[in-house]
Amino acid sequence: MNRNASPLVIAGREYRSRLLVGTGKYQDFAETRAAIDASGAEIVTVAIRRTNIGQTAGEPNLLDFLPPAQFTILPNTAGCYTADDAVRTLRLARELLDGHALVKLEVLGDPKTLFPNMPETLKAAETLVKEGFQVMVYCADDPIQAKMLEDIGCVAIMPLASLIGSGMGIVNPWNLRLILDAAKVPVLVDAGVGTASDAAIAMELGCDGVLMNTAIAHAQDPVLMASAMRKAVEAGREAFLAGRMARKFYSADPSSPTSGLIGS
Amino acid sequence: MELVINGESRSFPAALSVAALVETLGFTGKRIAVERNGDIVPRSLHGATLLNDGDRLEIVVAVGGG
Repeated sequence: MNRNASPLVIAGREYRSRLLVGTGKYQDFAETRAAIDASGAEIVTVAIRRTNIGQTAGEPNLLDFLPPAQFTILPNTAGCYTADDAVRTLRLARELLDGHALVKLEVLGDPKTLFPNMPETLKAAETLVKEGFQVMVYCADDPIQAKMLEDIGCVAIMPLASLIGSGMGIVNPWNLRLILDAAKVPVLVDAGVGTASDAAIAMELGCDGVLMNTAIAHAQDPVLMASAMRKAVEAGREAFLAGRMARKFYSADPSSPTSGLIGS
Repeated sequence: MELVINGESRSFPAALSVAALVETLGFTGKRIAVERNGDIVPRSLHGATLLNDGDRLEIVVAVGGG
């Protein structure tokens, strides 16, 4: 049995892929689509922005390349610094996507670190859950506040592994483990992954999935990196399920038989 | 009639509905969402919603993001 095939379940819906990807920072929509196809991702994040009034005739639209019938579109609140702005943005997103309820909440605290503003994040989460949104939430790697978000009713907890777009990898695996141990909803690493081994480490820790954008989009070859990330997430998941061997410090243990050596 | 659309002031010769505004701006059939004075105007109500002088509108689309 391939237990890696056990689906990721978010808000009652099953997904085969545990890799979620963003759609920002690509050269063009064709590259975006090619990378997403190579990643195997089913859930893709998008941002919500003002249209260019009077300049958009015939301009290609992201959702023409990523049809909502084919992908689960996850609108985000990137760039929002208050609960009010985040809630307004997601109300617009729900209207834009025909009543679609699954959203990614992120309320930022400062433009230098893009670290989450947790008081505003908690406030926005409460409002959104009351309004029927299914909230996947970007948050600090703080087990207490992660639990608070779960208690509010968020459908997935998404702590950062390191700063958004930094590619610094998993800087505090111990906090992620504490969050994972306590959570009853899926926990996904959101932000900080730089290369395939980072994604594998997140999955080996027991994370239910990984959300990334820059690691793929800013690779020299985004489509090839998307493929690598797909394999890393699958490999990390299988390694987690398989259960790694115990670490033996200061003593080796040969893999080959110690008896039957020639000349003995 | 004066409207503020996505933060920019715009003048229109006559009163119009949200649907008429969307058409004037060339967005008919495009995947957009409209907020008027802080409240969503559902697509099903674009035709029936008449705009008032001074209304503040936000018209958004999905763009690439992480």
